[in-house]
Amino acid sequence: MEGLIPYITEPREDTGLTNGKIGVWLFLASEIMLFGAFFATYIVMRLGADVWPRGWEAQNVPLGTLNTAVLITSSVTMVMAWASLERADLKKFQMFAGATVALGFVFLCIKYVEYTSHFHENMYPRTSTYLAVYFTMTGLHALHVIFGMAVNGYFWLTGRSYWEAGDRQLLINRVENAGLFWHFVDIVWIFLFPVLYLL
Amino acid sequence: MENHAANHAVDIDRQIRGYMVVFVALLAMTAITVGVSYLHLEVRHAVAVALVIACFKASLVVLFFMHLISERHVIFVILAFTVAFFLVLMILPILTNLDHVRI
Repeated sequence: MEGLIPYITEPREDTGLTNGKIGVWLFLASEIMLFGAFFATYIVMRLGADVWPRGWEAQNVPLGTLNTAVLITSSVTMVMAWASLERADLKKFQMFAGATVALGFVFLCIKYVEYTSHFHENMYPRTSTYLAVYFTMTGLHALHVIFGMAVNGYFWLTGRSYWEAGDRQLLINRVENAGLFWHFVDIVWIFLFPVLYLL
Repeated sequence: MENHAANHAVDIDRQIRGYMVVFVALLAMTAITVGVSYLHLEVRHAVAVALVIACFKASLVVLFFMHLISERHVIFVILAFTVAFFLVLMILPILTNLDHVRI
């Protein structure tokens, strides 16, 4: 495998990093610009609007706060999954990786409750500019949560195969890279929550 | 070799204690952000408070959970370019709307 893609387990001499890690950071740079475009759109829409609701008037703040706590907790379980591999404890890795996927699922369930509540109150993306921005940004974020769950779920299910095949460092590096993405998704929510729920 | 493994284990244990401190700090700052929102401050003040806390929370996640605090030079170069372009993306719409802001 090392012959196919170089520097996936050992760092390059010039950068001191594996190619995978640089690739993920470059990908995150593009993701920052993607969400940046949406935040810029939010600024344009809000500054130009005659009427813009305060977040707490339109949203369920306790549910949003709970979801923030869920995602922060999932970031901790994600980094603990990586630390467990570093301590050569596969069982704990599987426990923390499973918990990360489960917390991602809880986040999506709470989001589903919020969305259905909005729909029951006839609050759709077409209803107002605020709601259009809200559904677009939280929807894009939810897609990222789903993608992160898929990646973490893959390593949760296949971690033992990597471990028993002797590809331990490869698994550690890939889980760290998956974690970089998951933490980015957490950071996006750290900004989305006050912008859409509290301001 | 055994010494190296023992040092590595101690280092990881120290990092885990750091993760727990960051976890508590993130939850506490979330509570503060929500608490401040119940004061129903003027928009400009609410934006300032919320963004300062959010930036601090994001910094903790990037530095400790994403290990930027111990990362290599090349990652900082990538991030410096990204932050510069991101700031342009944020500041341009604000500047173009300064003449008729309604907040």
